[in-house]
Amino acid sequence: MENFVTGVSLLIFIPLIGLLINLFFGKRLGERGVGLVAVGASFLTFIVSLLLWAALADMNYEATIVNMPIFTDWISIPSAGVDIPWQFRVDTLSVTMMLVVTGVGSLIHLYAVGYMHGDERFPRFFVYLNLFLFFMLILVTGNNFLMMFVGWEGVGLCSFLLIGFWFDRSQHHETDSTVGWYNSNAARKAFIVNRIGDFGLLLAMFLIWWTFGTLDYYKPQEDVHVHFEEEEAPVFSIEGLEEGAEEEYEDVTALSSRAGQIGVFTQTEIWFEEGGHEIEVGPWTLDFETVILLITLFILLGATGKSAQIPLFVWLPDAMAGPTPVSALIHAATMVTAGLYLMTRSNSMFHHAEFTSFIVTMIGISTAFVAGFIALGQWDIKKVLAYSTVSQLGFMVTAIGLGAYAAAIFHLVTHAFFKALLFLASGSVIHGVEHGHHHVHEHGHDVHHEEAFDPQDMRNMGGLAARMPLTYWTFVIGGLALAGVFPFAGFWSKDEILADSFVVGFEDGLVKGYLALAVLLLAAAFTGFYTWRLIRLTFHGAPRTEAAGHAPESVWTMTVPLLLLAIGSTLAGFLNIPDGFPLLGSLFGEHELTLWLEESVIHAHAGEFNFLLALLATGVALGAIAVAHNIYSPANVDDVREAGDPLERDTQTASIFALSNAKLYWDETYYQYIVFPFQRASRFLGITLDWNLWHDFFHNNIIRDGFQGASELISYPLDRQVIDRGFLGIARSIQAAAGRLRTVQTGYVRTYALSVLFGAVLVVVVILLPVIRDLLGV
Amino acid sequence: MFEVPVFDDLNAWAALPIILLALGTSILLVADLFIPEDRKRLTASLALGGVTVSLVVAMLQALGVEIGEQGAAFADMFIADQFTYVVNVIALSSAFIGILVSYDYFERAEVKRGEYYSLLLFSTMGAMLMGASRNLVMIFVALELLSIPLYLLSAFRKPIAASEESALKYFLLGAFSSGFLVYGITLLYGATGTFDIDGIWTAAVEIIDGEISRQFTLIAGFGLVIVGLGFKVGAVPFHGWQPDVYQGAPTPVTAFMSVTAKTGGFAAMLRVLVAGIPVVVAEDIAMWQDTIQVIALLTLVLGNFVAIMQDELKRMLAYSSIAHAGYLLIAVAAGGTEGIGDQAAQSALIYLLAYTFTNIGAFAVVVAMEHVDYSGTKLNDLKGLSNTNPMLAAVMALFMFSLTGIPGTAGFVGKWFVFKAAIDADLVLLAVVGVLTSVVSAFYYLRVVVNMYMEPGTPETQPETPSLRWALGITAAGTLILGILPYFMTELAEGVTVALIR
Repeated sequence: MENFVTGVSLLIFIPLIGLLINLFFGKRLGERGVGLVAVGASFLTFIVSLLLWAALADMNYEATIVNMPIFTDWISIPSAGVDIPWQFRVDTLSVTMMLVVTGVGSLIHLYAVGYMHGDERFPRFFVYLNLFLFFMLILVTGNNFLMMFVGWEGVGLCSFLLIGFWFDRSQHHETDSTVGWYNSNAARKAFIVNRIGDFGLLLAMFLIWWTFGTLDYYKPQEDVHVHFEEEEAPVFSIEGLEEGAEEEYEDVTALSSRAGQIGVFTQTEIWFEEGGHEIEVGPWTLDFETVILLITLFILLGATGKSAQIPLFVWLPDAMAGPTPVSALIHAATMVTAGLYLMTRSNSMFHHAEFTSFIVTMIGISTAFVAGFIALGQWDIKKVLAYSTVSQLGFMVTAIGLGAYAAAIFHLVTHAFFKALLFLASGSVIHGVEHGHHHVHEHGHDVHHEEAFDPQDMRNMGGLAARMPLTYWTFVIGGLALAGVFPFAGFWSKDEILADSFVVGFEDGLVKGYLALAVLLLAAAFTGFYTWRLIRLTFHGAPRTEAAGHAPESVWTMTVPLLLLAIGSTLAGFLNIPDGFPLLGSLFGEHELTLWLEESVIHAHAGEFNFLLALLATGVALGAIAVAHNIYSPANVDDVREAGDPLERDTQTASIFALSNAKLYWDETYYQYIVFPFQRASRFLGITLDWNLWHDFFHNNIIRDGFQGASELISYPLDRQVIDRGFLGIARSIQAAAGRLRTVQTGYVRTYALSVLFGAVLVVVVILLPVIRDLLGV
Repeated sequence: MFEVPVFDDLNAWAALPIILLALGTSILLVADLFIPEDRKRLTASLALGGVTVSLVVAMLQALGVEIGEQGAAFADMFIADQFTYVVNVIALSSAFIGILVSYDYFERAEVKRGEYYSLLLFSTMGAMLMGASRNLVMIFVALELLSIPLYLLSAFRKPIAASEESALKYFLLGAFSSGFLVYGITLLYGATGTFDIDGIWTAAVEIIDGEISRQFTLIAGFGLVIVGLGFKVGAVPFHGWQPDVYQGAPTPVTAFMSVTAKTGGFAAMLRVLVAGIPVVVAEDIAMWQDTIQVIALLTLVLGNFVAIMQDELKRMLAYSSIAHAGYLLIAVAAGGTEGIGDQAAQSALIYLLAYTFTNIGAFAVVVAMEHVDYSGTKLNDLKGLSNTNPMLAAVMALFMFSLTGIPGTAGFVGKWFVFKAAIDADLVLLAVVGVLTSVVSAFYYLRVVVNMYMEPGTPETQPETPSLRWALGITAAGTLILGILPYFMTELAEGVTVALIR
């Protein structure tokens, strides 16, 4: 089993082969063939991940670095000391990510076969999905920041392609061609907003390169377990290597710190241990703490883009324009967790960067709160889930800020299950309502419904529990997991984050702990509320439209993944039962995930279970659910299409609901203060400055006209008038002086001859100038 | 005092290409008498064969095959070095292509005179000898050998007034300027007591340090030599003849003359002026450098700007030819800075080689356009050429790009080396003006391309015959290949030095 670790390169080859087959033969294979290839590739990667897991267990969880066959030297410029190999890193963290990506990904692939049935670009969709898998696996398996960045950009590209998948039409308004713009605009928005984050990530990479001389997380010869306090020997041996290398680059001062024998993170730990290191960055000399602060802040900027945190979260809700499997796979379960993965991977840096940790916490809790609040007032079922995703990502980011890396990854894993489940279930609902809508249309009643019918709008639903029981029950399981109700997965992971914030607040006495605890509890209440509001509006009561009344249950390829994910959402929490939890602890083992992660995440630590806090959190969730249950009772929501949300009807809460429904005017603010001024500025630069002034005025009036003027001047007045006429004049005067010499047939030859004479005089005068000056003594 | 040199001392093998060409041409002259009028194609083929043999030998020499020793020959009158060899290659290439261009033209014009080829080859010999002279008298003789056939060739369309007129103008002005050259040579002899270039420079070192009146003579002598050679290459203000002659002479002659006369003139100029630099320096700069700079500036500006106003293709190319003399003068001027001499000579030769292919090619296109009565070469006559004759338009566009100096063509490589030499020689002003006037030149060169490709029209072209097609093919290929793989040129020019032979 041990040797199988080298098979990690299969992870990226399998999706690559899958996508190539579908790319070139997709049209000929038909839906069934395409689906088989894509889902097969996905499941194979899942099996490979499982085997890697087993291999890793065989090796006592020791991290292994695997060179890819034939492609080891990726970027290598020996003269500049640049050497970036293409290396995979198999450790507990990357295997966790692989399992989540391929496991959840496979189920979503399967689901998509049913969901995308009949789409004209069916093969292309699966090419994109496999391409996404390819890049996501590069992202999580790479052993250096650059490989990670390749994956990072690649998944961004896939995200862009898939959000805009229906670029030419709207999913729901097939007759209205202009609505397709909404999809492509959403894709562009995601891409552009992410660009800001990527800019930060690039800066972080540049700074890392400058500081450490390498982008590798760890070098192959290092042992991740080395903790300097305990074992000093390896540190010295590594330093010895470093000194040797230093001599080699003696006179290249810039390279002096770049021994290149030691990975970024170990070097960070060593330098923090030693203290007092200084890095020259341009004209400044910064101490190492400041450099790490900058690096972590830049990484954070990257993470806020990809993981949709304030201030860059605005793209994620719009990204729901993509097909629902995409929302589930990319925009809930996997890609958006890349930022979390990156920050967890860099825990050696974040652990030491106090200020950054504080900022991370603040961003996390404000995102969790703001997104949770906005989710309260949405009508679109996918929008609610999108904001919920943003909010949950805020929870995870908060955990990172609190130093609870294991808790963050734990929540990442459970969230992947239940949020994928919720999205897929909502996709099933949308699918059902859409089919119901078509069904109604085919039967000819309700003709005036021809205009906009939005199958994602919860006001058009209701009473689906009876029509789609499987979807309903799996959705409830997912909802309870999301709300954090015992014993579903979300309870365990959310509780661990809360427990960590309690420890950081009350035991370490840090402000961020108190703040996190308070805000997250509030956000948890929001979570329970909007989840149950969603379930009430969608499934309970009586159908509010004919479409909802005729919605059929979905096909097996869609429901089977729902069932499997529901099981996962129920059981995933048992991966990491806290210390001393009665019964379950002895049944499933305690802190399994944390112990497993500790093998690769140096600063991971197990949270302390706090029974009262758990009780309180569950109480809050259940309370919020109960409140939502009452407010959104069937009697209240039956007329929701006409009268609006129950909160809206109550004058006391109407304004709050309006604020939430308007998404806190977040986009509008960005447009008002960033986008519009930016557009005005670029319009000014582009049209006024470049086109009108530079092109029209400068080029035409000054350069072209001036040029023509100059050439006309030289040609006509100068050459013909001055020179030609001048010589003619000289000729005439000589003629006159010589008393009417015989006229030669062509006066021109004489002109030219005179010109030669004139030139000869000129040459002789110029060449003699120095001598003449000498003669005159000037 | 007079020794009869033995053959071995002559080092005659070093002059093999010229000797072969002279022999061949002489035989051709006689043989032509026996070739009937309607079979003059045979004369052309024979001439081509002679040139080819000579060109092969010259190429071998240039590529480093030892044929005769490098160094002085013929009792110090002749000098064989890499510079000589490369000049030979350039002159012979232009003769080769010139013959290809000529045959059909004269066939079409019903001029059936075999002497044409002999004259053309004698002129080529003159150009070759100008690069190989070590003696001012030799230079003068070579110059006349180059020029007199050209006067005759210009008149080859005899009944046409323009042709006769151009020949007469050329002859009169040529004689006039030869006078300056001879006067200059005389002054130099008076100052130094020798015709030998090396001897003059050696003597000049003493004179510069000595009496001022002898300096006067010496320097004025140089000035007049510059005038004489400047006329030959068509530098402003000695350029007056050029537009009229280029327009009036038969187009193949113009094509040949535009390149060969320049080659000879610049070869001699580099020999006379640049060779002495290691010896005669005043603050590391030759005394004539300012003069050449002034001439170069005048030439660049006037040539390029006046070319804009031309509406006749041949006349435009004539002014363009003046402008290119300006770029070559930049190289010569750069040779005036100590240590740059070799580099300047190399860059000038690279430029000449590139220019040979491009300019003859451009004139070959004119030949393909021109009617028997000299009409059909207005710029407007090119309109729509890309539709009626796309291949011709494409090669013409290529030549125009090369003349402009657009990367990927030979012209760019030539300009690159010339400007680099100027900058290395601290002649930044010249380099800047050179670049700016190149931009100006784009105006009139690209107008040709615009006319061909973007204007409607159905121009008439002459039926293309194999030899013209070969000429176009060779020039286009040369322009393109040398542009993309300048290696060929730089390799040839690499060993070029213009130092004194002791």
